[in-house]
Amino acid sequence: MMSLGPHANFIIASYALTALVVIALIGWIVADYAAQRRVLGDLERRGVTRRSQRGKDNRALGDTP
Amino acid sequence: MAVIDLANPTRFLTLVDRVLPWLAGATALVFAYGLYRVAGAPDDYQQGATVKIMFLHVPGAWLGMMGWGVMTVAALGTLVWRHPLADVAGKAAAPIGAAFTFICLVTGSLWGRPMWGTYWVWDARLTSVLVLFLLYLGMLALYWTAEDPNRSSRAAAILALVGAVNIPIIKFSVDWWNTLHQPASVVRMGGTAIDTSILVPLLIMALAFTLLFFTLHFAAMRNEILRRRVRSMRMMQAQHA
Repeated sequence: MMSLGPHANFIIASYALTALVVIALIGWIVADYAAQRRVLGDLERRGVTRRSQRGKDNRALGDTP
Repeated sequence: MAVIDLANPTRFLTLVDRVLPWLAGATALVFAYGLYRVAGAPDDYQQGATVKIMFLHVPGAWLGMMGWGVMTVAALGTLVWRHPLADVAGKAAAPIGAAFTFICLVTGSLWGRPMWGTYWVWDARLTSVLVLFLLYLGMLALYWTAEDPNRSSRAAAILALVGAVNIPIIKFSVDWWNTLHQPASVVRMGGTAIDTSILVPLLIMALAFTLLFFTLHFAAMRNEILRRRVRSMRMMQAQHA
């Protein structure tokens, strides 16, 4: 067992807080990604496209851009 | 694929999707090995086991400053080349850099209480890092309150360039002023002042933090590109409604 000496509380608090901040940051970024994908999927299902995508689709159908 | 091609958001998304799992895996592996080396590192002859806080505090400080460095380079990309991906990179780096600076400040305080007898002193190093954290908060406020990213990008780029002045102040504050904070001990003229048994775990943890920074930065950039696509699609929808 690793001995952390008389200031163990400060060491443990440092590691716990760092872990908390990193986990919160990862959780926020993962949740944000899921939210953006969901909204993007909803818009695409409703047939909404970006201007650049619309140009590509038109070209694929043989229209002049 | 040429490097310039990556400046295209769609190609960048493809690259991120491919690279991110590997980057995340490498981050987890290096963190696991770093923490194993930290557990086995000896106590410092003066600090005792409290030196273990340094394995978080020092990388936190480096990455907090590097985050602003990334934002400064991105600001040049925004102002000089007006490239939208540069603003995306700057915006994505802000919360990550703020989190690392927060880790640096809090772990520094938790180290200072048993070693200095106080959580905080207004010396030049601590104050300049606090200023960096406040600059990050200002940057986040600027990004998160602006509805249109095109409006906030220019102001954010200017703030990033102005705030960059603080980075050398943080680095050299311990040389320019009398501070309670110790002078540089890893990167300094005449070589490192840290024994290898502590330096090696410290550098491994710094590498783990760096990999974590870039993993999160790439993931946050992907989110921001998707958010801007959503915004542009909603605007198209509103125009045709």
